[in-house]
Amino acid sequence: MALSKQEIAQRIAQELQDKWYVNLGIGIPTLVANYIPKNIDVVFQSENGMLGMGPFPIEGEEDADLINAGKQTVTILKGGSLFDSAMSFAMIRGQHVQLTVLGAMEVSQNGDIANWKIPGKMVKGMGGAMDLVASAENIIVAMMHTDKSGASKLLKRCSLPLTGVNCVKKVVTNLAYLEIKNNAFYLIERAPGVSVEEIKAATEGTLIVEGEIPEMKF
Amino acid sequence: MINKVVNNAQDALLGVENGMTFMLGGFGLCGIPENCISELVRLGVSNLTCISNNAGVDDFGLGLLLKKHQIKKMISSYVGENEEFERQMLSGEMDVELIPQGTLAERCRATGAGIPAFYTPAGYGTEVAEGKETREFNGKMYVLEHAFNPEFAFVKAWKGDTAGNLIFKGTARNFNPMMAMAGKITVAEVEELVEAGELDPNQIHTPGIFVQRIFQGKDYEKRIEQRTVTPKS
Repeated sequence: MALSKQEIAQRIAQELQDKWYVNLGIGIPTLVANYIPKNIDVVFQSENGMLGMGPFPIEGEEDADLINAGKQTVTILKGGSLFDSAMSFAMIRGQHVQLTVLGAMEVSQNGDIANWKIPGKMVKGMGGAMDLVASAENIIVAMMHTDKSGASKLLKRCSLPLTGVNCVKKVVTNLAYLEIKNNAFYLIERAPGVSVEEIKAATEGTLIVEGEIPEMKF
Repeated sequence: MINKVVNNAQDALLGVENGMTFMLGGFGLCGIPENCISELVRLGVSNLTCISNNAGVDDFGLGLLLKKHQIKKMISSYVGENEEFERQMLSGEMDVELIPQGTLAERCRATGAGIPAFYTPAGYGTEVAEGKETREFNGKMYVLEHAFNPEFAFVKAWKGDTAGNLIFKGTARNFNPMMAMAGKITVAEVEELVEAGELDPNQIHTPGIFVQRIFQGKDYEKRIEQRTVTPKS
């Protein structure tokens, strides 16, 4: 069975390490916050100017002056801090944030990512994505393995305008967990019940399969 | 202490003209200078270049200026929540320059800090870097980005004093402090204006040196774009 969006987030959450500062993008990445392993402490950074982002406020306690980068009302946890946008991106470019999780329309086998623009369609903008991917030490991309027509989104080369180059090292899709190195996708884990052949068929880029590939564990 | 207080938005915007370049603070609708935007609408100045992270929504924030066709060019990082914006952009009525959010923030900061240009890794290898100088430092590639040159910056703070010192609240700080530094004339509107000396100098976010005019704002709507809550259990 291919993973649900929640399960993709759950698998990514297993990659979190104790004492990491983490920036979660909009969409599937936001769900990662629901699956933080019990025995570790992580702090979420919201690039509009907050460390220690907490859950949505209790109904009636929403504050127009406390939102996340998706413009949603949120709360701030004890020990959190607030700052301006220049300082926020200093944290990001200065590699003080250990992990960025974001979505993608396409990823290529050399680690390029495209996630902000489809030619001919309304372009909304890159927001902070270009700063995040250009700087983060660890980037995990959360995405569907194929588009709605079944075409692979893990490619030899991205066809869409790029957000960043040579930056993605890990990808978790609805079918697999893959690492990007040596100009190829290395298959690390399969979604439960998904065969290596299915993953091969859904991957346009070079896929390296070394030995027995285990299933993900949840 | 130098007194920066003006009576209202009307006095604060004296000297605003067609064709000028403005910076406007805010992230989404959070921390936007609502009173200054209303006054720009009332004045009807046009052919404006607006530097702002977002472009408001159809009936609030910068959307109000868009609706009246006052904006010639938007410089933003994300403009997704506005149908009129999309229409004007696709029809070519308005120019849009999209730049990475951190680059936008740093370009604002550089403007006020006397830094004409700086190198950033953001956008290297993408269309954002096209036509720009690039350079390698320690094995990594960077793009040269330049400061802006705005005539006015409009910012919104939670508290301010008569000397122009500002304190922001929550994530309404966002781009306001850097833009305050960058304006040739910086106008600050505040929810609460107090006498110099009433704010703790240790707590000031933006020192008054960066603010030329300050006024007590009124009728703040502080609209929430995405109301997300945890249900009461």
